[in-house]
Amino acid sequence: MSKAGLKIIVCIKQVPAVQDIKIDPITHTLIRESMPSMLNPWDEIGVEEGIRLREKYGGEVTVITMGPMQAKEAILRCLAMGADRGIIISDKALAGSDTIATAYALYMQIKKMEYDLIICGKISTDSETGHIGPHLAELLNIPQICYVKKVDLDIEKRRIIAHKEADGGIEIVEAPLPALMTTTIGLNEPRLPTLKGIISSKRKEVKVVTAKDLGGSLSNYGLRGSPTFVDEVFEPPSRKPEMIFQGDPKEAVEKIVQVLLNKKLISSRS
Amino acid sequence: MLERSEEIPNHKGIWVFTEQIDGKLKNVGLELLGAGRKIADKLGEELVAVLLGHDVNGLVKDLGAYGADKVILVEHELLKQFTVDAYTKVLAELSIKHKPSVFFIGGTLNGRELAPRLAARLNTGITSDCVDFDINSDGHLIHVKPFGKLMAKIICKTRPQMATAKPNVFKKLEPNWDRRAKIVREEVKINPEDIRTKILGRVEANKNPYGSIEDADVIVAVGKGLCSKENLKLIQELADLLGASVACTRPTVDRGWLPSSQQVGQSGKTVSPKLYIAIGISGAMYHTVGMKNSDIIIAINKDPKAPIFQIATYGVVGDLFKILPLLIDRLKKEVKEVKLRITAKDTQKRIN
Amino acid sequence: MQKEKFDAIVVGAGPAGTTSALIMAKAGLSVALLERGDYPGAKNMYGGAIYRWPLELIVPDFAEKAPIERRIVDHRFMILSKSSGFNFSFKNLSFAQPPYNAFTTLRAKFDLWYAKLAEEAGALLATSVSVTDLIWDGKKIVGVRAGKGSENELYGNIVIAADGANSKLAIQAGLRHPLRPEEVALGVKEILELDRKIIESRFNLGENEGVAIQALGVTHGMMGGGFIYTNKNSLSIGLVVLLEHLIKSKIRPYDLLDEFKRHPLIEPLIEGGEPKEYSAHLVPESGYYGIPKLYTDGLMVVGDAASLTSSIYQEGVNMAIESGIYAAKAAIKAKELGDYSSNTLSYYEKLLKSSYVMKELYQLKDLPKIFRDNPRLFSIYPDLINYVMKELFSMDGELRRVKSKKIIKMIRQRVGFSKLLLDLIKARKIFSY
Ligand SMILES: Cc1cc2nc3c(=O)[nH]c(=O)nc-3n(C[C@H](O)[C@H](O)[C@H](O)COP(=O)(O)OP(=O)(O)OC[C@H]3O[C@@H](n4cnc5c(N)ncnc54)[C@H](O)[C@@H]3O)c2cc1C
Ligand SMILES: Cc1cc2nc3c(=O)[nH]c(=O)nc-3n(C[C@H](O)[C@H](O)[C@H](O)COP(=O)(O)OP(=O)(O)OC[C@H]3O[C@@H](n4cnc5c(N)ncnc54)[C@H](O)[C@@H]3O)c2cc1C
Ligand SMILES: Nc1ncnc2c1ncn2[C@@H]1O[C@H](COP(=O)(O)O)[C@@H](O)[C@H]1O
Repeated sequence: MSKAGLKIIVCIKQVPAVQDIKIDPITHTLIRESMPSMLNPWDEIGVEEGIRLREKYGGEVTVITMGPMQAKEAILRCLAMGADRGIIISDKALAGSDTIATAYALYMQIKKMEYDLIICGKISTDSETGHIGPHLAELLNIPQICYVKKVDLDIEKRRIIAHKEADGGIEIVEAPLPALMTTTIGLNEPRLPTLKGIISSKRKEVKVVTAKDLGGSLSNYGLRGSPTFVDEVFEPPSRKPEMIFQGDPKEAVEKIVQVLLNKKLISSRS
Repeated sequence: MLERSEEIPNHKGIWVFTEQIDGKLKNVGLELLGAGRKIADKLGEELVAVLLGHDVNGLVKDLGAYGADKVILVEHELLKQFTVDAYTKVLAELSIKHKPSVFFIGGTLNGRELAPRLAARLNTGITSDCVDFDINSDGHLIHVKPFGKLMAKIICKTRPQMATAKPNVFKKLEPNWDRRAKIVREEVKINPEDIRTKILGRVEANKNPYGSIEDADVIVAVGKGLCSKENLKLIQELADLLGASVACTRPTVDRGWLPSSQQVGQSGKTVSPKLYIAIGISGAMYHTVGMKNSDIIIAINKDPKAPIFQIATYGVVGDLFKILPLLIDRLKKEVKEVKLRITAKDTQKRIN
Repeated sequence: MQKEKFDAIVVGAGPAGTTSALIMAKAGLSVALLERGDYPGAKNMYGGAIYRWPLELIVPDFAEKAPIERRIVDHRFMILSKSSGFNFSFKNLSFAQPPYNAFTTLRAKFDLWYAKLAEEAGALLATSVSVTDLIWDGKKIVGVRAGKGSENELYGNIVIAADGANSKLAIQAGLRHPLRPEEVALGVKEILELDRKIIESRFNLGENEGVAIQALGVTHGMMGGGFIYTNKNSLSIGLVVLLEHLIKSKIRPYDLLDEFKRHPLIEPLIEGGEPKEYSAHLVPESGYYGIPKLYTDGLMVVGDAASLTSSIYQEGVNMAIESGIYAAKAAIKAKELGDYSSNTLSYYEKLLKSSYVMKELYQLKDLPKIFRDNPRLFSIYPDLINYVMKELFSMDGELRRVKSKKIIKMIRQRVGFSKLLLDLIKARKIFSY
């Protein structure tokens, strides 16, 4: 930990605020421009946790995102909540990145920075993979703790202690810093930005980073640097009701039970 | 960083990480053996279950029965409990040594933590939450997964082609207890220092009385048609009978009938259970975006024009207060057990 | 942190507020533009059209730069009864050429674009800020509050209330009362997504050309009407109905909209449209007599907040913009003089009085009352016109003379000639000052 206190990096992502996302017919990637968007809710929790830790131990919270310039809005929201500065990695060369290529770009930026704790969301509402956190922890070769419900730091011993979701309960785990954690809903209630927070966010630094700034070969980024690609998009077969039943409740119940039996969701006594 | 492997012909074998916890196999691993079997047969390659743990060789016969040709078994004191560090290390070393072409990992909490870390170590592509697989003319695996309102076919240029799937998406094979899988024991060096994230202890989670809805197989959902909080009893009874979690619409949360953790829709959660029973729900777009991917939707609503009937698989027009008591009665009397519970028990029996 | 103070705080980034902010920022004033939506326009709705003037005074090349959906070349009117319609249209191809005349736009895009201009000019745009209170120093307004605690206070020499119909700030400042149901209409609207080619062939439009449709006779006699506007890939369809009538009738607004959508002459126009968005919004309907006092010490009211709308012509944005210009001018003058009292701000009222807005609203001043008290306009006349047309056009062996008698009898039954005459005189008064 540097003298200036904790260095916390929160990876955030802007996601569409509507479910009805549009897909580019040619590249088969999400069209992100000009859609109402918001800060991924898990990342909002991440920013809140970062700010709380800073408030407790001192230091600095940097939020970082990779995305189109529009994603700056999401950065501004984090700054309005109280994060100290923002970085947006934005470049045409990064378009079409899958999770591996996204994590790689984030890694190339973060490895140049000082950090004690990196916070990612459990998942993002649009891609819903939850890959980035573990990818990034691996690339940076640091321990990871996913699905954190409660967290504290032991500054002396440079350790993170967390309660995390696990199959069948909560695990209490510990890891040395620097480490990466991912958030869950319920970790905290994110604060609403105050008027002063919003006004001052407009004056905080938001650094724009291009693919060239990241360094390395351009072929590691974007669609080219992505091991996976969307080959085809198709309309799932639309569902037409198989049956609408209108009539005597007794018969209706019979029909429901039949369905449950036929679909093997329940099995009959006989 | 590992060099990306694009030498496709060098990679052979369909691998499934068959997770166990406390000596019990997770269903999703067996389900993925079912999905993997088809792909292995199409390609004429081996279906391999990868089993990690301590004292778990008793599970090998199950893996054979559920379709594995071969089981790679790594047993070690330090693999007794899942840790992402140890498991990633072992699986990465195995993968580098044997070069599988496909690697499936079940989307349990552990699996979702492990798979992307492993993919990054192997520097290969990974596709989450697949719902179907196929092989294209170039021999690549086609990963089918939902993409907004649509479905996408995703191809991975590198090897192994990694994928995760949620529980209950694929079907297990009917077990054949005469089938035996070949066992290959592997030794992997693990030191305590390799495990950076240490488990200090466990707390049992507070049980959500309504059940978690994100990963439920059966959901009984209610809307404003329920009329009052008292009537929740009815819903809870039905849910208990079906082993279901209880979900709801926003107005029921606004009225304080149910906590917001149970809300489905635009400002709530997205769910895709096998069965979604929508009771007294009109089917506003804001609600349906959160549940329309359910396998089967049964809607009960007294208004025949309710939009929920446009997306329901089965619709029942009628008064819920008449239908539910009858349904509950019928289920209590005539139905032996809930199928989903049977499967859970039944595998447990076999495994123990 | 020291107490931060702006020259001007503008509350509401609709057309009125953004205009003021833009002009003041250009003149070098420090301006905070506060908007409660996640972005300007996020929550705003209107029917569909803006006019060239006076926007072009502020952004001369807006026709190229603004997110415009279509240029309106065709204004249609539909006077509907249950299953028929007396329709007419005014189409002018010169409207398809620069400088154009009117445009359909979507507020979510337009307001955002416009507010960005203010931001570029130097105004500090803060979104997701819902102003709750004014801050007073004695009887002077010195700032605004957006929640509890000093973290949510902001100070400025002038506050411009551009917070739309039923302006909370103007009410708090004591300049106006909350709108009464007879002074305000409720607008409801749906956006239906539809392929642009279908829109163009269905409405007989060239590329980028649009149509605006007003419909009468679809409100069960309540004061109001329906509208359809063509956007690029969607239609805006909605209704505006006087709140008082709506409350009395107990008809739910979306049921009314549904009925409008299913009208046999409307349904084919919107067929295949996929509902994308539903919204509702208030429109002040009180006209000239509803305009409140426009300023007090440290505060001015602009746009809908000052009830500056003209309902029959569906104007509002243009008036909001014009009032925004004058308020900005008054603020700039106040800054020069270092005097923010109502004394200086009265300059705003002076400018507005000699403007298009006030003159137009004055001319139409009796209209709201005439409309409100005359249900004939919204159901009986549409029905009658359709009846007359049907009689005149149908051939069933009946002599026209007999038909005329029937028509006269019908008019007598449904309105009476004295009333009809009175209505005609009123109508003449309205349009021929
Ligand atoms: C921005 C926004 C976000 C929203 N997000 C969500 C969201 O996340 N989730 C959500 O659910 N909603 C959301 N909504 C609200 C949504 O638009 C609907 O209002 C809501 O889904 C309707 O809930 P409902 O079906 O319970 O109630 P209603 O629409 O009132 O429907 C009740 C239904 O019960 C039926 N009924 C009544 N009595 C009986 C009976 N005795 N037997 C059988 N049937 C009966 C009625 O016929 C009716 O169809 C959102 C709205 C907005 C504007
Ligand atoms: C159905 C309908 C159809 C219409 N059709 C047309 C038409 O075709 N052409 C036309 O010219 N006009 C039309 N109008 C009128 C037009 O929309 C308005 O006159 C115009 O928008 C007024 O602009 P404004 O800036 O004064 O207010 P608004 O556009 O209402 O803007 C007010 C802004 O203030 C914000 N705000 C409110 N309160 C607060 C607060 N407390 N804190 C922070 N921000 C706040 C709001 O979010 C909003 O962005 C129509 C109106 C309706 C309802
Ligand atoms: N483009 C991105 N830029 C920064 N962080 C991201 C980005 N995409 C995902 N993340 C982080 O990874 C988490 C999981 O996202 P995902 O893997 O997309 O489900 C998010 O909550 C963010 O913390």
